[in-house]
Amino acid sequence: MKKLLSIVLAVLVTASLFAGCGQQQQQQSQQQQQQQEQPKKIETSVKIGLATDEGGKGDKSFNDAAIAGLDKIASEYTVEPVILESKQNDQYEPNLKNLASANDLVFAVGFKMQDALTKVAKAYPDKKFAIIDSVVELPNVESICFKEEEGSFLMGVIAAKTSQTGKIGFVGGSDMPLIQKFEAGFIAGVKSVNPEAAKDLENRKNVKYANSFSDINKGYELAKSLYNSGCDVIYHAAGGVGLGVFNAAKEMKKWAIGVDSDQALTVPDAKDVILCSMLKRVDVGTYSASKDTIENKFQGGKTLILGLKEDGVGVSPTVNPAVQQSTLDLANKYKEAIVNGTIVVPSTLDDVKKFQPVEIK
Amino acid sequence: MKNKKIIKSVASSLLFPLISIIVAMFVAVIFVMWAKHISFFKGVQVMFKAIWNGSFGRKDSFIETLVYVIPLLFTGLANAVAFKTGLFNIGVEGEFMISITVGAIVGIIPGIPPVIHVILVLIAGTLAGVLWAGIVGYLKAKVGSNEVVNSIMMNYIALYFSNYLIMGPFNKKGLAQTADIQPSAMLWRFLGDDYRVNIGLYIGLLMVVLIYIFFWKTTWGYEIRAVGINQYAAEYGGINIKKNIILAMAISGGIAGLGGAVYVSGIQHHAIQMVSFTGYGFDGIAVALLAKNNPIGIIFSALLFGALNTSSISLQMANIPKQIVFLIQAIILIFVAADYVYKWIAEKRKKGALLNE
Repeated sequence: MKKLLSIVLAVLVTASLFAGCGQQQQQQSQQQQQQQEQPKKIETSVKIGLATDEGGKGDKSFNDAAIAGLDKIASEYTVEPVILESKQNDQYEPNLKNLASANDLVFAVGFKMQDALTKVAKAYPDKKFAIIDSVVELPNVESICFKEEEGSFLMGVIAAKTSQTGKIGFVGGSDMPLIQKFEAGFIAGVKSVNPEAAKDLENRKNVKYANSFSDINKGYELAKSLYNSGCDVIYHAAGGVGLGVFNAAKEMKKWAIGVDSDQALTVPDAKDVILCSMLKRVDVGTYSASKDTIENKFQGGKTLILGLKEDGVGVSPTVNPAVQQSTLDLANKYKEAIVNGTIVVPSTLDDVKKFQPVEIK
Repeated sequence: MKNKKIIKSVASSLLFPLISIIVAMFVAVIFVMWAKHISFFKGVQVMFKAIWNGSFGRKDSFIETLVYVIPLLFTGLANAVAFKTGLFNIGVEGEFMISITVGAIVGIIPGIPPVIHVILVLIAGTLAGVLWAGIVGYLKAKVGSNEVVNSIMMNYIALYFSNYLIMGPFNKKGLAQTADIQPSAMLWRFLGDDYRVNIGLYIGLLMVVLIYIFFWKTTWGYEIRAVGINQYAAEYGGINIKKNIILAMAISGGIAGLGGAVYVSGIQHHAIQMVSFTGYGFDGIAVALLAKNNPIGIIFSALLFGALNTSSISLQMANIPKQIVFLIQAIILIFVAADYVYKWIAEKRKKGALLNE
């Protein structure tokens, strides 16, 4: 027993010596780096914190995008954002509380945190809060939502132009208003270019819901049945389920469209079957809310809705060569029409039925 | 003389857990040094300051620690009961989850008078846990199928069935959760609504005492312990093994289920869609092991694990990865497991010596 103890202690002491040596140099180089960077940064005393949902850091989509926005702020201002990961959903509230006690602006990433943020924002009325993908109506909370339907509309245009069979499919995560926005915008886009192809989407024959955002096999099965029924392009808004859609597309040699991030880059295995992706710029949201706070322009109590006009959504930079230049040009024309208000993209399934397609040549 | 002996035995049983905690902390400091590029003493300072402030040092964090202790008391006890019978109930996790869901559903029902409603929620949760574990215990006793495999499978059934209920029939529109339970179904938060700590803490402590009495002061408890120490000797002594296996699993599941119900009616107030397991059941295994299945010891090991879990927040605020907490917990566990192996080998040696003579 004594022997064991002495060995352990000896190892610890030596280890601490080594670490002590390496650390001085690193500190010096860090200081140098800081000295080099400092002149560029703008001074501010604002402190920023962010709480992720269970996806956490490194999820390559939603949470990482939110953190990327803060990284950008940290490169421009003297801010050191604090990021707390929620191991479980019961940590939302303590995480937000802790962040609020030490920071001026606190982000809650994800609509699941709506309840927790409402409680914490009431408890800390003098602090500022922002929530992504949900609306909390309190004077010290800025809600950041996206017009997913506008980005999805452009995906609909590209899908309808690229499809050869004239049949197009949609796979969603869960049949909730948030995901129905994707569906509604997509159908409207298809309808504008090819009203025939939109019929089977509108009556939901070619629309499938996985009731999951992680079940890859379910995505594979749903996509396969859609492809078998003649569809040659599928747009997914279903997180991890989309990976199954890509697998089916690879196997059947058909097309798929990605969502949220530039999936041809984040899922390189499937880049040959991904036509393009609908970008949702969560980073733009966290960046602009941080900047507003630093510049004393924080819009508490308001809901920021980021659409095509604000660059909150859009077509990914990576586009498959199978998409013709004329198609992209057309998508750009539609984008202009949406930005200047000629076309109002429907965001609910009821509005899609009333939507009158505008044809642009 | 007798007192001295007791002190000695207590000291020797505390020795290994204490050493393991200390060594775990030291190893953790090395990783903190690595993560933050600071010296050893600075690392000690930063880490212990963060853990202390995040768990006991401030009023807020101490109360939040107690919030994490509540479920661990129940899941730790549930695991200890199974271990005492020689069973390994990995299913505490699933029993805990299914009773969160059942508790939330019963809690939503409107129009039940306050005290009765809380009791109904707790009973419903307990019964759900008893049912979930009872199935495993029944299969083990009647067919002899392995309780570890079965309870792991029951965990997944609990996870997906809960998510079906939360996202399907009992979904609150537009959110990934059930509606909030009625105020009449909530456990009293004795420090006011700003703090999540509630009388579930006392229910947990009460359970600890009850289980202690059950094990050491009743015939049923004696039988269960006898089956755990040596099945065949117990059977020879006229103890019904099958009955006791089912009974022990049902008690274990009932405690886990009560824990889930307390969790939903005291802490969370609704059931949220579960992306993965809650982890409380698995942490409970560690809590029981560290306490050496002693009900009183579980109070302290639950406090330690609760404190570590809460301090993951202040560690992250100090820019230390929260994984340090898991590292400390894992090293403690390795040492505790090593203690069991050490004893096992020592016992084998003793037997060998006897045989040789």
